[in-house]
Amino acid sequence: MASVVPLKEKKLLEVKLGELPSWILMRDFTPSGIAGAFQRGYYRYYNKYVNVKKGSIAGLSMVLAAYVFLNYCRSYKELKHERLRKYH
Amino acid sequence: MNENLFTSFTTPVILGLPLVTLIVLFPSLLFPTSNRLVSNRFVTLQQWMLQLVSKQMMSIHNSKGQTWTLMLMSLILFIGSTNLLGLLPHSFTPTTQLSMNLGMAIPLWAGAVITGFRNKTKASLAHFLPQGTPTPLIPMLVIIETISLFIQPMALAVRLTANITAGHLLIHLIGGATLALMSISTTTALITFTILILLTILEFAVAMIQAYVFTLLVSLYLHDNT
Repeated sequence: MASVVPLKEKKLLEVKLGELPSWILMRDFTPSGIAGAFQRGYYRYYNKYVNVKKGSIAGLSMVLAAYVFLNYCRSYKELKHERLRKYH
Repeated sequence: MNENLFTSFTTPVILGLPLVTLIVLFPSLLFPTSNRLVSNRFVTLQQWMLQLVSKQMMSIHNSKGQTWTLMLMSLILFIGSTNLLGLLPHSFTPTTQLSMNLGMAIPLWAGAVITGFRNKTKASLAHFLPQGTPTPLIPMLVIIETISLFIQPMALAVRLTANITAGHLLIHLIGGATLALMSISTTTALITFTILILLTILEFAVAMIQAYVFTLLVSLYLHDNT
């Protein structure tokens, strides 16, 4: 029984390591494809952590923590100079 | 230290692209909509809060003024959430930029005033002269009232900018002072740290109060003119 699933329809965890570059290149990089990816990601997070019967503060805090982290990455260049070192 | 203090207020640009657009749009992610009657806790809390605020703020208006409800509610949500998000470490607060606050204040104020002039011209012009002024004072008072009318949008914008900027600056300065004092004298550093905690509590309050004040004043200008 040899039912070969075409590369395009495999999920990421089923793709073999050697096939990874071609799998990435086959993804939909059109604007509507990228928008669809963001939408899918948003709803995945929303339905897992916020849109549940007993949602907790964790759903919101993870988003805020990611926001803080991204802002830190953005301003790392200026923050580099404020380390406690003898020579900068 | 001098240059460092104000670099946190520069608009974030990454490789020449305006990152500030993404930062301004970010609070909208935190207010999900739901069409259900009974939604999740997050959305329910927000809807309850919004109902509370809108009832308190829009009850003084007549039916013509209440058409502005959506505008004023989204205004208070935006300013409140942007100010509160700015209290997170390393984040950028769009409301510290005078350009943005002017962009919010001038159209709203102008809309209220022009609505008043178009629909109730005599009553709007009558606002320039308070009741019961002695006759010789009338010309001067009309001039003063005109100036005070035109200063309203400027005051709205500058009030918001100055309050939020000053708060952020104080937090930066006192935080830096606490760090510098830790190696010199721990007791003084502890006192400074207590001041920092109190200041942060104040900033949380100021963030929400400023949003409220901004919206309240716009609604007052609206009330005068509808």
